[in-house]
Amino acid sequence: MKRFDPERVRRDVPELQRTVHGLEMAYLDSAASSLAPRSVIEAMSRYYERTHTNVHRGVYQIAEEATEAYELARRSVGSFIGAPHPDKEIVFTKNATESFNLFARAWGASVLGEGDVVVLTEMEHHANIVPWLQLKEERGIELRYLGVTDQFRLDLTRLDETLAGASLVSITAMSNVLGTIPPIRTIADAAHAAGALIAIDAAQLVGHAPMDVVDLGVDVACFSAHKMLGPTGIGVLWARAELLASMPPFLGGGGMILDVRLDSFKPADAPHRFEAGTPPIAEAVGLAAAVRYLRSLGMDAVAAHDLELTGYALERLGSQFGDKVRVYSPQDLVDRGGVLSIELEGVHAHDLAQVLDRHGVCVRPGHHCAKPLMRRLGVPATARVSFGPYSVERDVDSLLSGIEHALGMFG
Amino acid sequence: MDDLEDLYREIILDHYRSPRNRGELPTPPAHRTEGYNPLCGDEIVLTIVVADDVIEDVRVDGHGCSISQSSASLMTGVVKGKSLDDAKVAMRSFKRMMTVAEEDDPDADEPIDVRKLGELAALQGVVKFPVRIKCATLAWNTLAQALVEMDA
Repeated sequence: MKRFDPERVRRDVPELQRTVHGLEMAYLDSAASSLAPRSVIEAMSRYYERTHTNVHRGVYQIAEEATEAYELARRSVGSFIGAPHPDKEIVFTKNATESFNLFARAWGASVLGEGDVVVLTEMEHHANIVPWLQLKEERGIELRYLGVTDQFRLDLTRLDETLAGASLVSITAMSNVLGTIPPIRTIADAAHAAGALIAIDAAQLVGHAPMDVVDLGVDVACFSAHKMLGPTGIGVLWARAELLASMPPFLGGGGMILDVRLDSFKPADAPHRFEAGTPPIAEAVGLAAAVRYLRSLGMDAVAAHDLELTGYALERLGSQFGDKVRVYSPQDLVDRGGVLSIELEGVHAHDLAQVLDRHGVCVRPGHHCAKPLMRRLGVPATARVSFGPYSVERDVDSLLSGIEHALGMFG
Repeated sequence: MDDLEDLYREIILDHYRSPRNRGELPTPPAHRTEGYNPLCGDEIVLTIVVADDVIEDVRVDGHGCSISQSSASLMTGVVKGKSLDDAKVAMRSFKRMMTVAEEDDPDADEPIDVRKLGELAALQGVVKFPVRIKCATLAWNTLAQALVEMDA
């Protein structure tokens, strides 16, 4: 595997050239949003400066160029995740949350009814819980949950029992709090054996490790561009072609129809059926540039880089602070990504993050939109540390100095 | 790091480490109100006994950061034993200090006399950290909600 130089990636990211409180920024919040390289920003600027107009409408040259750029983005993100038919399977949404809502509304609300079972896990982001809770309230579906072990892994001891009679399993491909990567292929096979579909929340995985939807054996994947070095405002719903083609529209409006009469309409084919209104065109161009950038680094190398820093952080946190720092995350480097949550004895995560800010360190305090998981862990809030390809060991060193400071202040 | 020390003054750390009027009063006679800060995940439970327009007792339980917890502790010390009118005056002054004056506050534009705020003045450093204002006002907003619920 060819490795990249993270210092070069740092130079490629304009935001890392600025300082905070006069210090170099130690950006350890990539799980919230990643920092875009210059090529992504420039691709979007270039689009606005040269090619911008609406897509799928005009016949003039720039209209064709804009449409081509937008559809090219669909193909490039599709091939990035191993989608067999990108042109029919990739839907651009606003973000991963909207992707889940689209799936829950279009598929869930048309297929699921009273007593139908959707299986989730206790480590889900709210984006993969609340849309299903809404269906529970509105249509009486039943939700079941796979638990989390004390080693911060998915508890699969009762997998078959939980899946029995289920219509859908919808689970995270990498926890945004713990960094845990569940055995998706195993769960997908079990889901299919039980006659259920499987959807994954790939928001944390897709920009940090190689991901192939066919190898994973999943039916649906949801993710956001801004967590994979791309811009905000665009997300992706991938679904197997036959599944997507079977789903009724989500939002109604222009661009998603074949024909409209005063008393009826005919929806367009997928994926356009699910893209009502002017889509995020510049953002799609930015996402395509992000995919190019990630490809140039190599996803195996990106994953290895994240794990190397995770190992360094785990080792240093343990050796320097011992029991004073509790780590909510698998302690080994197997089946996990570059995310870990910490809690300091006697220091609330919010206070820790405030002190860390003065060291130039950006971490996320709070419940990370995963309140059921926080309740399971028995902790109201953690400070989450997460890495990106621009992260380096001195970011972790800044984190350690900040923790030392916070312990001294509150201890 | 001066403003950080301004935020985490010794009195705040003291109230965080040793919160006053901690816990829950039995309901009834106490009234119970929950307060949330959805952004941070802070959750508090305020129980309060009002008789003859006087706050006879008030306690706060729950969890949150040093700012939300110390502010709750300081608040209980200020309003306990006070008349409802005096408590509401303190509430309005505090929210003015936090630059989030109530719409119906007749003195919204008046300058704040920090000396009148007593120990509460320790929290004025929070204003420099806009994200934390919600932490400091959580207990007060929960108290306001409790008073509305009690029609007090």
